[in-house]
Amino acid sequence: MTKTFVIDGKTIPFEDGQTIMQAASAAGVYITHLCHNPQFTPHGSCKLCTVNVNGRNCSACTFPASEGQNVTNISKELNEDREKITQMLFVEGNHFCPSCEKTGNCQLQAVAYHLNMTDNHFPHFFENREVDASHPDVMIDHNRCIFCTLCVRASEQVDGKNVFAISGRGIDKRLVVNSPSGLLKDSALDVSDCAAHICPTGAILIKRTGYSVPIGQRIYDHAHIDAVALASEGEAHDH
Amino acid sequence: MTTKKVKVATVSLAGCFGCHMSFLDLDERLVDLVEHVQFDRSPLTDIEHCSDDCDIGLIEGGVCNSENVHVLREFRKQCKILVAVGACAINGGLPAMRNHISLEDCLNEAYMDGIGVENPQIPSDVELPLLLDKVHPLHEVVKIDYFLPGCPPSADVFWAFLTDLLAGREPALPYELIHFD
Ligand code: SF4
Ligand code: SF4
Ligand code: FES
Repeated sequence: MTKTFVIDGKTIPFEDGQTIMQAASAAGVYITHLCHNPQFTPHGSCKLCTVNVNGRNCSACTFPASEGQNVTNISKELNEDREKITQMLFVEGNHFCPSCEKTGNCQLQAVAYHLNMTDNHFPHFFENREVDASHPDVMIDHNRCIFCTLCVRASEQVDGKNVFAISGRGIDKRLVVNSPSGLLKDSALDVSDCAAHICPTGAILIKRTGYSVPIGQRIYDHAHIDAVALASEGEAHDH
Repeated sequence: MTTKKVKVATVSLAGCFGCHMSFLDLDERLVDLVEHVQFDRSPLTDIEHCSDDCDIGLIEGGVCNSENVHVLREFRKQCKILVAVGACAINGGLPAMRNHISLEDCLNEAYMDGIGVENPQIPSDVELPLLLDKVHPLHEVVKIDYFLPGCPPSADVFWAFLTDLLAGREPALPYELIHFD
């Protein structure tokens, strides 16, 4: 017999070894996430996927599904926590969406829209972060990095290159590039690498492609991130 | 019996007037609006100070100088509901992109060393408001009740928000109207 657990009253089948996130997405239930991407081993750092499992808050992207769990995913309290986390991500970096090439295609922004976030609540850090435009085809705008480590994981697990790493801890955390000069141009990154395309925000951008799709016709301009995420999950399973 | 019109004040602080232009995009809906609304202090009326019983204050732009701070405090004091309108009011926006450059460097670039500057001197006159070290979003200075995101928020955003408020509903923007760009 298939094993099951329950999310918000809905019965979800799962196989041993699946996380709550994996089982939920396969069953068509969206759990807010940013550092999770079904292609890679989970990292569990952004905490947007926090759900309540049998009375305890856990990260759905790392927590294993098990028989009979009672999971709350959508509640006012959890969504308010998610909104606060998203607001912290916005004030910690420098996110000026009107001047960002990624606007409309950005998962950070789309999560904010999804949570009905209209302001940033906290005081802004306005911290000075660098832009590395040294590479001929790819640029990094550190102002928009949320340290999700997806580029780190993609470079390591798919490209076999280790171009990126996170250095420092807490508030001093930074994305660093593995090259003698620390610049992207001296790294092994190629524009065709998975790591160059995986960033959920506008921190890693492919040069000369920014406005090929006009604002207003971009992924999240009209579609919710939950529908987009579940549709791409479906595609991954079909193939 | 006529019901009292709702008093709306508007101002542009460190903004570009784009939000005000977008507000004017309400076009013929403005005719419906003025049935219920009376404009108080606003660049649209040239009234210079808020009357002390304003209902709604719509603020475009962030806070970049001492005058902005005074105006914003006047609005907070005189308006029951204060609304941050547009990206700059909400996060400082484009003007806040100077925040990682020192004020001295900004002034030097604009008035001393910039290309095409003649008779270089840093403007300094008692009439001129002093620039703040950094540009701040409104909520860092006063309490803001509602936020209308967008650069600028579309006329539909203003319409949805104001019609909700006028009808006594808690304003809620549908997904299609929440944009940060
Ligand atoms: S990365 Fe996303 S949230 Fe940040 S400025 Fe760009 S579009 Fe906005
Ligand atoms: S650059 Fe992008 S993918 Fe890499 S850690 Fe930052 S936000 Fe994540
Ligand atoms: S998606 Fe689970 S912690 Fe980021």
